[in-house]
Amino acid sequence: MVTLTLSNWLETAPDWILSLPENLQRLLFQLYQTFIYQDRWTWFAQGLRITFIVTIGALILGIIIGLLVAMVRTAHDSQRMGKHNPVLGVLNVLCKVYLAVIRGTPMMVQLLISCFVIMVPKDDFGSLICGIVTLGINSGAYVAEIARSGLMSISAGQMEAGRSLGLNYGKTMRYIIIPQAIKNILPALGNEMITLLKDTSLVSVIMLRDVTKQAQNIVANTYQPFVPYVSLAVIYLVIVLILTKLLGILERRLRASDRR
Amino acid sequence: MIDVKNLCKSFGDHQVLKGVNEHIEKGEKVVIIGPSGSGKSTFLRCLNLLEEPTSGDIIFEGQNITSKVTDINLIRRKMGMVFQQFNLFPHLTVRENIKLAPVKLKIMTEDEADKRAIQLLERVGLPDKADSYPVQLSGGQQQRIAIARALAMNPDVMLFDEPTSALDPEMVGEVLEIMKELADDGMTMVVVTHEMGFAREVGTRVLFMDGGNIVEQNEPHAFFTNPKHPRLKDFLSKVL
Repeated sequence: MVTLTLSNWLETAPDWILSLPENLQRLLFQLYQTFIYQDRWTWFAQGLRITFIVTIGALILGIIIGLLVAMVRTAHDSQRMGKHNPVLGVLNVLCKVYLAVIRGTPMMVQLLISCFVIMVPKDDFGSLICGIVTLGINSGAYVAEIARSGLMSISAGQMEAGRSLGLNYGKTMRYIIIPQAIKNILPALGNEMITLLKDTSLVSVIMLRDVTKQAQNIVANTYQPFVPYVSLAVIYLVIVLILTKLLGILERRLRASDRR
Repeated sequence: MIDVKNLCKSFGDHQVLKGVNEHIEKGEKVVIIGPSGSGKSTFLRCLNLLEEPTSGDIIFEGQNITSKVTDINLIRRKMGMVFQQFNLFPHLTVRENIKLAPVKLKIMTEDEADKRAIQLLERVGLPDKADSYPVQLSGGQQQRIAIARALAMNPDVMLFDEPTSALDPEMVGEVLEIMKELADDGMTMVVVTHEMGFAREVGTRVLFMDGGNIVEQNEPHAFFTNPKHPRLKDFLSKVL
């Protein structure tokens, strides 16, 4: 197979390119190499698919874990003086250990341990699950603290009002406290989503071909790091900007009850 | 209807209620007054177990509600409560505030609850506010909605915890007016308040609490014109 070089690319290139300055020719060549040659844009597309799957999976898992941990922690902390539920006490300690360990170690290290020591996946699908679970558990710790701040931001009077109408603890949480808490934590939760999306780039260390890994693969083929890596940055940036916009719209919707 | 026996409540080392005994009949309008820190709000909040008593019994309609086997959520459906800070649900419209409990507890269908909400809003004089959010209403309007919300559960007794204390002076009247109408309709009411005029006019019995106990009680006329306990005399001389 003939390797593609600038000179043999120029032979096949349209005339208008030949009349451009040399630096620009070089840049166009690298762009061609990165995206068009051998349909490499599909590498990015496949990588993005993995990135999105991992992000969404980890996000859902993180929110579920986070909410559960936050509810245990707030329920425990809002107990009256002198009255302690022993089950809640044990759960609370477990949650605290979880938070300490996950927030106290780097995500990279967590990925390495979970995928090379604990789960040791044998195929691509196994790696994918391993990545989702690890990032989900990691994100859950941060979501837990965000959700806890949201639950604590709702005045005790709201819980009392719900309970005084005969709603039980769970229903009051579901219909009164949590909807208000979500509104308050949306900016922080959006921040966590964005962090999570970017942190999925770490899954390349566990053999997952996410968009970062694909960019590295292209560089390994072309020996030209500039265009693939800058393109990669632009791809992340665009996704984050879109996400920020969507969150802004959602936030405005939820603020409907605040207009006077 | 409500029987309170030797009710004690402590917060840590601080004993707030020191063995309160009281009996409230159906149809009575009991007004509780007293200096701050006397335990009157705590007493009221114990009646529907928003505060859990340290010891003592509360019997409501023949059921001991302090017993572990009693489902307090079922009891609370029969006891409406109105708070000093209104505590409306800010993320819901007025209509949704009123409908939430009856619908989610499957006592009414959506349509029934809707009709009931409109009917209650007319009763508190705010039929045009059904689709407003609480933040758009004045304090007095919010408190009237809070009363409507409590009434939506068709309670047997209404508990009022200083319902006018957080209001601007010009809004106190509209809330007291609604409460007076409620009293005239025969609702059993227990009201903690600083409104002596309301106590005199609407109350069938006035209790004076001080230092964690009920130190004097009487029908309103005698209560205000002929107080016996020195603490009550002192208190009335300051507030009247």
